[in-house]
Amino acid sequence: MNLRITAAAAGAVALLPLLAACGGGTSSDGTSGEGSSTVTLVTHDSFAVSDEVLAAFEKESGLTVEQVAPGDAGTLVNQLVLTKDAPLGDAVFGVDNTYASRAVDAGVFEEYQPADLDPQVAAYAPDDLAGVLTPVDRGDVCLNLDDGWFEEHDVTPPATLEDLTKPAYRDLTVVTNPATSSPGLAFLLATIGAFGTDGWEGYWAGLRDNGVKVAESWEDAYYVDFSGAGEGGQRPIALSYATSPAFTVSEDGTTSTTSAMLDTCFRQVEYAGVLAGAENPDGAKQLVDFLTSAEFQADVPGQMYMYPADPEVELPADWQQFAPLADEPFEVAPADVAAHRDEWIEQWTATVVG
Amino acid sequence: MDGHGRRLRRPTTPRWGAWLGWGAAVALPLGFLAVFFAWPVVSLVLQGFFAETPTGRELDLSGFAEVLSQDRTWRIVGQTLAQALTGTVLSVLLGLPGAYVLYRCRFPGRTLVRGLVTVPFVLPSVVVGVAFRALFAPGGVLGWAGLEESFAGIVLALVFFNYAVVVRTVGGMWERLDPRAEQAARALGATPWRAFRTVTLPALGPAIASAAAVVFLFCATAFGVVLVLGGLRYGTIETEIWTRTTQFLDLRSAAVLSVLQLVVVGAALLVSSRARARRERALHLTSDRVSAHRLRLRDGADLAPALVTLVVVAGLLVLPMAGLVTRSLRAPDGSWGLDNYVALGTTGGRNALTVTVWEALGNSLRTAAWAALIAVVVGGLVALVVSRRPRRAGLRHAVGALDAAFMLPLGVSAVTVGFGFLITLDRPLGLDVDLRTSGALVPIAQAVVAIPLVVRTMLPVLRAIDPRLREAAATLGAAPGRVLRTVDGPLGTRSLGLAIGFAFAVSLGEFGATSFLARPDTATLPVVIYRLIGRPGAENYGMALAASVVLALLTATVMMVAERLRGDRPGGEF
Repeated sequence: MNLRITAAAAGAVALLPLLAACGGGTSSDGTSGEGSSTVTLVTHDSFAVSDEVLAAFEKESGLTVEQVAPGDAGTLVNQLVLTKDAPLGDAVFGVDNTYASRAVDAGVFEEYQPADLDPQVAAYAPDDLAGVLTPVDRGDVCLNLDDGWFEEHDVTPPATLEDLTKPAYRDLTVVTNPATSSPGLAFLLATIGAFGTDGWEGYWAGLRDNGVKVAESWEDAYYVDFSGAGEGGQRPIALSYATSPAFTVSEDGTTSTTSAMLDTCFRQVEYAGVLAGAENPDGAKQLVDFLTSAEFQADVPGQMYMYPADPEVELPADWQQFAPLADEPFEVAPADVAAHRDEWIEQWTATVVG
Repeated sequence: MDGHGRRLRRPTTPRWGAWLGWGAAVALPLGFLAVFFAWPVVSLVLQGFFAETPTGRELDLSGFAEVLSQDRTWRIVGQTLAQALTGTVLSVLLGLPGAYVLYRCRFPGRTLVRGLVTVPFVLPSVVVGVAFRALFAPGGVLGWAGLEESFAGIVLALVFFNYAVVVRTVGGMWERLDPRAEQAARALGATPWRAFRTVTLPALGPAIASAAAVVFLFCATAFGVVLVLGGLRYGTIETEIWTRTTQFLDLRSAAVLSVLQLVVVGAALLVSSRARARRERALHLTSDRVSAHRLRLRDGADLAPALVTLVVVAGLLVLPMAGLVTRSLRAPDGSWGLDNYVALGTTGGRNALTVTVWEALGNSLRTAAWAALIAVVVGGLVALVVSRRPRRAGLRHAVGALDAAFMLPLGVSAVTVGFGFLITLDRPLGLDVDLRTSGALVPIAQAVVAIPLVVRTMLPVLRAIDPRLREAAATLGAAPGRVLRTVDGPLGTRSLGLAIGFAFAVSLGEFGATSFLARPDTATLPVVIYRLIGRPGAENYGMALAASVVLALLTATVMMVAERLRGDRPGGEF
């Protein structure tokens, strides 16, 4: 008897979510069925916007914005290419300069750029992307240092890429695999930008011989291997972002326990665009306009922790101190990346992993 | 058989009705599998075999020669087989004593331990990967053992995930096994080991083969944990398909690798079904109340399995989980407390998320409930059909093929399924809904993965029903529906609770295919955990671990409730 009551109660509990789902289902159907008043933004899992900023745009434009995030930044472009005959939405945000050319070459986008785009912002899109993709934000992938470790061990912190191959920094560095992680790919490109297509393999052989550790993902490298994350890691030099030190600021906000090596950076630029074959191309264009608007741009630092493309936006106070961008990041033209990326990754794998 | 015994002549009308019923029972699951699994997977693989040429798309099979001639490919295949076989053998060897102790013996706290062992099964692999690496890395608790980036480390993690599959599948059978046969053997002078080997083990054979097949498929297609613990050096077919598809968009190589994966999985299923068929026969099932005895630690026959189970549960399962729980209780400022759990009501440090973790939990419960419902209906039908042994050989083979077909979702890469969804399910079957982005596909994708487990949980019990019971009922005049209701029903529902629990738990933890369909506003718990751990900041890391602990607790609770849902009538009533 007792058991039967338990069973009935459990059954009722199991049914509750079903009922709730029925309720939820009808309301979402209601919004998606109205065609032109809905606009779908395809993006990656790091996209974020304040509720108020989005609501203001929806109110002003009369559009309802739906978001689809089918994965991380690395897989987004491949998903766009595969679905180009039946796009997942109307506009896209989050294609970056390491992958953009592949998508442009595949004809994923409709030509569009906001008419009143600041020339300084437009300049972040190189010629082969101009007119098709609109720069929205940027950020640097850099090696980070656990400053306390160097102080404690009385070792001068490294400053350049070359330093990392010196015996003083043996077994101290962890990076991520360019074949499986997007910061890893960005860092590989930084070394190609720094040492040229002839020199980068030699540099990596030097890193390998100096005991560099390759983790498969950013979280793996940062939380398990990096001593600066405070989780028991053993290596004081780790691949991360220029903005990461702002996450390790002390309670009182005066110091950070980590810092970025600003001479080891690769600049990532993230773009937005209108998808070819969009059901609501006008809505998509308004959405791209919105992503470059002053309101959205001002929202970027706090929401996505990237630098907005718009140079006019005032940045959070602690950024100047803890998370500045590199003055001269390394660069590789997107067209070169598109042409050689796979071959570079394979050469890298042969050199470093074996 | 109440009062119908006098109607000896079989009624004639239900015959075609029965055919119709069975036809529907086959057609519904097959249709489901075809639309939500076969079509997407085949479409994606075919894309790899067709090359774009100026004159249109042409069949191009040159990828086979290219991929199969590389040494790397064969190294990867060897690596996959070695990992999967070792993982499976070890899971079965360690799982058998566990099944005995947890399902054949009674001791205080048994329900709790049963719930606990299921937890690893649904923990997000990204969290498990980081937890294991933290143990293995220099400076970790097991840092001295040299397990980092090692074959042994990967295999241990695979056993961590799959131990529960063996314990539950075999245990579920074992507790229903009539103990009298073994008792008789003992009375006739057999040692406990001999009685086990000659009486119990053969009876458990089908359940063991069933569990081994599932574990092998899980091990052969394990992705996150292999990648995190082993890196590309220990790449398997699965990690290679993932890299080729998501990073290089090299569908040509990915398609060849998918075919290779299918061959490996197909071979494993064949071996398992042979092993099952040889041993399968009707068993005398009983209630666990009759079969279980109090754990006797002074008896060597109980002590040895109890010790093995203790070591496995404490060392392999609890140790990594304890690391997670401990870390989740350390606040971002370094003090101890529930700060990370309090933070689950927020969207994380610097807005790492678009929903709070509790909202994500609600989404997870809703989708998992739908997924479990679908999986139990579809999987239950499959189990029912497959449990029959038709006399005609053709039909028997068809039933076997149906069984194997529904196992495939465990053996095919989640990336292939996920990308397959994206290229096929845009307004499928004339529906005016883009299924890919509607959110409705999430529970369906989870159900596809849960169905094989539902089938494997229910099948051993349904198959063990003596067909003579059904024949007797039919001879006595019961219509097919009545036979189902009165014979299969009472015995089958006992495994139903467990099947629901498994389906619900698997759906809660599913990440692979779900992540391809995620909508930020309806993110599930694993998706949210993945996002949190992908951000810097002690706050986000702490929240990711706290959220994992919540997911683990939820799973353990679901499994414990599912166990209570099982029917409790003794089998002796027939």
